[in-house]
Amino acid sequence: MLNIEIDGKPLQVEPGTTVFEAARSAGIYIPHFCYHKKLSIAANCRMCLVQVEKAPKPMPACATVVTEGMKVFTHSPLAAKAQRDVMEFLLINHPLDCPICDQGGECQLQDLAVGYGGSHARFQEEKRVVTNKDLGPLVATDMTRCINCTRCVRFTQEIAGYMELGQAYRGDRAEIMPFLGKTLDSELSGNVIDLCPVGALTSKPFRFAARTWELSRRKSISPHDGLGSNLVVQVLHDKVKRVLPLENEAINECWLSDKERFSYEALNGEERLTRPMVKQGGQWREVDWNVALDYASHALRDIARDHGADALGALVSPHATLEEMALTAKLMRGLGSDNIDFRLRQSDFSLDGQRSGTPWLGMRIAELGALDRVLVVGSFLRKDHPLIAQRLRQSAKKGAQVSLLHSADDELFIKLFAKAIAAPAQLPALFAEVVKAVAELKNAPLDAGFEKVGAGETARSIAASLVSGTNVGILLGNFAQQHPQAATLHRLAQQLAGLLGAKFGFLGEAANSVGGYVAGTAPRQGGLNAARLVAEPRRAYLLLGVEPELDCADGAAALAALRQAASVIVLSPFKSQAALDYADCLLPVAPFTETSGSFVNTEGRAQSFYAVCKPLGETRPAWKVLRVLGNLLELAGFEHESSEQVRDEVLGGKPEFVAGLDNAVTPGTFDFIAASPGLQRIADVPIYFADPLVRRAPSLQSTHDAVAPTARMNAATLTKLGLTAGEKVKVGAGGAACHLVAELDAGVPDDCVRIAAAHASTVAVGPLFGTLTLERA
Amino acid sequence: MLSEATLQKIDREIAKYPAEQKQSAVMAALRLAQQEKGWLAPETIAFVARYLGMAEMAVYEVATFYNMYDLAPVGKYKITVCTNLPCALSGGVHAADYLKQKLGIDFNETTPDGKFTLKEGECMGACGDAPVMLVNNVHMRCFMTPEEIDRLLAECE
Amino acid sequence: MAILDSINPTLTAGWHRPDVRDLARDTGWRLKDYEARGGYQALKKLFAEKMTPEQVIAEVKTSVLRGRGGAGFPTGLKWSFMPKNAAGEKYIVCNTDEGEPGTFKDRDIMRLDPHAVIEGMIIAGYAMGAQRGYNYIHGEIFELYQRFEEALEEARAAGYLGRNILGSGFDFELFAHHGWGAYICGEETALLESIEGKKGQPRYKPPFPANVGLYGCPTTINNTESLASIPYIIRHGGQAFLDLGKPNNGGTKLFSVSGHVNKPGNYEVPLGTPFAKLLEMAGGMRGGRKLKAVIPGGSSAPVLPADIIMDCTLDYDSIAKAGSMLGSGAVIVMDETVCMVKALERLSWFYYEESCGQCTPCREGTGWLYKMIHRIEHGQGRAEDLDLLDDVAKNIMGRTICALGDAAALPVISFVKHFRDEFAYHIEHKRCLVPPEVQRAGSTFHTRLMAGATC
Ligand SMILES: Cc1cc2nc3c(=O)[nH]c(=O)nc-3n(C[C@H](O)[C@H](O)[C@H](O)COP(=O)(O)O)c2cc1C
Ligand code: SF4
Ligand code: FES
Repeated sequence: MLNIEIDGKPLQVEPGTTVFEAARSAGIYIPHFCYHKKLSIAANCRMCLVQVEKAPKPMPACATVVTEGMKVFTHSPLAAKAQRDVMEFLLINHPLDCPICDQGGECQLQDLAVGYGGSHARFQEEKRVVTNKDLGPLVATDMTRCINCTRCVRFTQEIAGYMELGQAYRGDRAEIMPFLGKTLDSELSGNVIDLCPVGALTSKPFRFAARTWELSRRKSISPHDGLGSNLVVQVLHDKVKRVLPLENEAINECWLSDKERFSYEALNGEERLTRPMVKQGGQWREVDWNVALDYASHALRDIARDHGADALGALVSPHATLEEMALTAKLMRGLGSDNIDFRLRQSDFSLDGQRSGTPWLGMRIAELGALDRVLVVGSFLRKDHPLIAQRLRQSAKKGAQVSLLHSADDELFIKLFAKAIAAPAQLPALFAEVVKAVAELKNAPLDAGFEKVGAGETARSIAASLVSGTNVGILLGNFAQQHPQAATLHRLAQQLAGLLGAKFGFLGEAANSVGGYVAGTAPRQGGLNAARLVAEPRRAYLLLGVEPELDCADGAAALAALRQAASVIVLSPFKSQAALDYADCLLPVAPFTETSGSFVNTEGRAQSFYAVCKPLGETRPAWKVLRVLGNLLELAGFEHESSEQVRDEVLGGKPEFVAGLDNAVTPGTFDFIAASPGLQRIADVPIYFADPLVRRAPSLQSTHDAVAPTARMNAATLTKLGLTAGEKVKVGAGGAACHLVAELDAGVPDDCVRIAAAHASTVAVGPLFGTLTLERA
Repeated sequence: MLSEATLQKIDREIAKYPAEQKQSAVMAALRLAQQEKGWLAPETIAFVARYLGMAEMAVYEVATFYNMYDLAPVGKYKITVCTNLPCALSGGVHAADYLKQKLGIDFNETTPDGKFTLKEGECMGACGDAPVMLVNNVHMRCFMTPEEIDRLLAECE
Repeated sequence: MAILDSINPTLTAGWHRPDVRDLARDTGWRLKDYEARGGYQALKKLFAEKMTPEQVIAEVKTSVLRGRGGAGFPTGLKWSFMPKNAAGEKYIVCNTDEGEPGTFKDRDIMRLDPHAVIEGMIIAGYAMGAQRGYNYIHGEIFELYQRFEEALEEARAAGYLGRNILGSGFDFELFAHHGWGAYICGEETALLESIEGKKGQPRYKPPFPANVGLYGCPTTINNTESLASIPYIIRHGGQAFLDLGKPNNGGTKLFSVSGHVNKPGNYEVPLGTPFAKLLEMAGGMRGGRKLKAVIPGGSSAPVLPADIIMDCTLDYDSIAKAGSMLGSGAVIVMDETVCMVKALERLSWFYYEESCGQCTPCREGTGWLYKMIHRIEHGQGRAEDLDLLDDVAKNIMGRTICALGDAAALPVISFVKHFRDEFAYHIEHKRCLVPPEVQRAGSTFHTRLMAGATC
């Protein structure tokens, strides 16, 4: 510990601390622009100049490391003058257009100019003008306001992992820009808006929507991936105008993915369902709530009575709240049916009944950063889990060895130690190679089934890396969880973790992928799981926030099942054309911003939130709708007065982390003999197709990540099929077919075709996994 | 995109640096690319980025930071005249004015026939030989009296 | 070709003085010529006498060789900062990015004596335990970059570079890297960034290159002339070098004399030589006109009026006492025909043009300074401008990452200080104090005047 003094305050700080950090820890504010705690130190803005005893010149607090006995003065005449002078330089070329600037009211420059700026302008020359840049649909520019702090540039390099922005030219001609003709395409791009201390980079969707001081700020939780980012939702007149990160070092740090930041646009979109609707004689009618609820309860009761409760099925979105999930499960079970599931894209359910507890990340999110060896299996990591990918990116930079086993060689912008890419059917065998190589290195015995496995070179080098670690993590991604041999992958991970003394777990696909289990939303007494609910059509379906054609493992089959049903009751914030077609009752329920509820994130953290605005139109919170349905059906246990009561009932109070998290499963046999299965499909769920909310966010839908799916193959596969890139192809699975454009993608393994799921144009392709036929259209 | 000969030269530059520091060859690679193509078009810059495993923007930063890279087409002969003070004291500005007059163009302009481009340069480290000018970035010409300038222009085919 | 003349030469002894402008016809720079004049003897001596790295550094310290790149920092002391027994690579970097207006000495060294630089770098590598070196060569002297590559080939072929040099067991590899038009890359950390394939934006120090330099490894950066002086020091001893100059200012130094003298060129003289002597060697004032002012150390050094400079001797201490800097030894001589406003306008343009753009005061301030001086020069000055110029310049000074901020400010402060009347006259009368016919008389600087423009 070093003894220093700042503004007369004695302090003890760790060696290596900067003056800026030391001052901050003592509650002393030093003005700054380029400094950001998550970015490298640039020391270029010079705003943080302070006086250091014995130093002849003022020193930048952000870059000056404390030394024993150092005396710092942050407000002495010397320091104050230096800061004032720098402010004058910053302002000479800055347009004074605060009244029309979107940053107005939350501009660091504006705030500091009040405190440090001079009263009259000594600069009489013409001001510099900088042309604006097209950064794509999310980030608007007003580059004349830029102060060249380079925070955004450092963000793209260091946090997002690819230098999409740079500072071109030099001197006062320096301009922040993307490469010629390029836009800002990172899935984390919106963070540059928060980082920009002035109004040079602002939110395009939010542009001129409101003045910041008119907005009320309310806390919420992101409803998208399993991370559970903490949000500040900004609301005006009961409309969400903007979403910002709420800093939480344990979860999202100070970041948000673009999905989390911009999906709010869907909340005010055209497709919002605002009144209950019932279809009678093929005609849709808007009805009052009591009519609709009456209709729904009768439909469910009548079908259960006439055909048995087993004729009912419920599909629940993994993005639904814990309370909604729990009440749906209770309702179904009250009616006598265990046919309920939220694991919509899963295809292997053979572990049901063999788990010791709720599958989860296997560690806390914050612990990811401490792993020195990481094996990621079956994950479109960067797009499925942008902020977890970001954490691993930082770890890799600090020396952690991150390896990947997967079926697509997408650019992760993570310095990988090694990667092995194989067709989906070969993925378990590939994983087994790593397990075998580790067992050999450890001289440990393996279960039956490994005899025929021979570890290749990559598997051996990954094994060597894993064995050399002291804090090893194995992470199974969405793809591994959706895989037809998910149970095998799970058991392999368990075996590997056992051999290494490592942690293993699942990257939660959705906001409540853990919560679904906790809420009892999966079959408990032998009911039908999500796959069977589709494969074995029911007479009646209850859908909570689900668009089965896009959200299920086999959208085509799901659509067929719904179309043949006698009754489909949909609780959703949206009315889609598909639902209007297959459903007979639409109940407008609140999206996450209009209801209270809880999400249990991938690390098992239960996070409750309140509504940030009033429900739109006649929308009602789903938990209330379900409670009334329960009452109408005269089921026991539907007396809740608040969502908190539902939560307390499920969680036994308000724990920080839910109980029963456990990835252990009973051991089983392994069979890795992959048949030669023809042309295999690789289905990614693109980041902006993944859930009903993002699908309807217009700005996100105009990004590069939301382009329509193609049939992507490597050159060898194209040649084998006699195709050239750009050609139209007909992709068939079973009877149906769809037309796509063939595209070259060197990252796809041989004899595979990558076709994105969760998009209307590819529903007909059918299941996420399996074989396809493909021919020139 | 770039000729085999240029790529070989770039490879020779890459070999000067530690294996994991290919990026160090970017200045030479851009110079060689410019030499082959005449100027650095965006696709040329993107090619160099791919070749060296760099972000396109990182290469663009370099291409825009250093003055001798041409980001727009220039004449067959680019003549850069040093007009900095030490040179100016010995006729640097005079030489530039003479050239402007002879070619009928100003700084940063190209003659209509596409033969000559004139640029104003900063100190070339040859102030004792003023007036000094650089032809196509690589050939320095010294003591450029009007007669010498005439000779230079005559030599340029 | 620039003129070379010297008193007690160390660097230029045996240089083949070219009388041709065509580089291709230069002779005397090849390995055999260098060896013929005693080249690589220092290296051989060092190995023969089994000098330890510590002994080499001690010799350099004794010589009081002060860095010839501008700052005048003692080279031996700098070398001693390199971590001893550190694992991993260490680097020696030679700074031949000579771009400081007025300076053209390194170009002659590279032209006429490239092997001296190579030998100096090998010795430096040996002294600091570095096995790799780069010479960063100003882009504008590309022909000399090519010549240096040739010289490197010669040295490799002769076994002076590579593995187990001259059977000593010492390995050293050396490569050339060129700049491409950025003055700032002369600043040592910008230079390192540039070698790393980035734009040349200086790094904040600390950490200093001796700890975190090229590719994050310990690195020492020296000027070409500094390194070229090393062979003499090792061959003849540090004391002999020191004795050539004066205490605290060891050796001879190359002075680049430009501007209004009869024989502009490089002159090697002992530190401590009177300025008047140098002026005389350079053939005296052109056309016999009166000396008005001198910038004694490259354009970044404060200007000194004639009466002050005539009393100075050429060494770090004397020039500093007079209120300027010896800098790189670039002596820019201006006679009475010079308009000081116009001269400053050109220099301010240079710093504005060359600011790398990262620090707020330099990025914004250099443009502000230039615009004001430009206005004054063009008859749009305001009474308050002179104080404002001084103030803006002082607000840049000491507030930036690298010394370019100071370099941009010092000319402004010194020009306004010493020639305030001339600036004030411009503002008040919207024309120059130096009458047009005087400006026209000798200088070729003011040709625009001939076309009728005002100054
Ligand atoms: C703006 C700026 C430009 C510089 N230009 C040069 C240069 O062209 N050549 C040089 O040797 N040093 C230059 N320097 C000084 C170098 O940073 C460094 O101090 C020097 O190369 C060290 O070598 P020395 O100790 O042998 O003098 C420059 C410094 C600054 C701030
Ligand atoms: S002082 Fe100027 S040149 Fe130096 S680092 Fe700062 S902006 Fe760049
Ligand atoms: S915050 Fe320290 S220089 Fe910008």
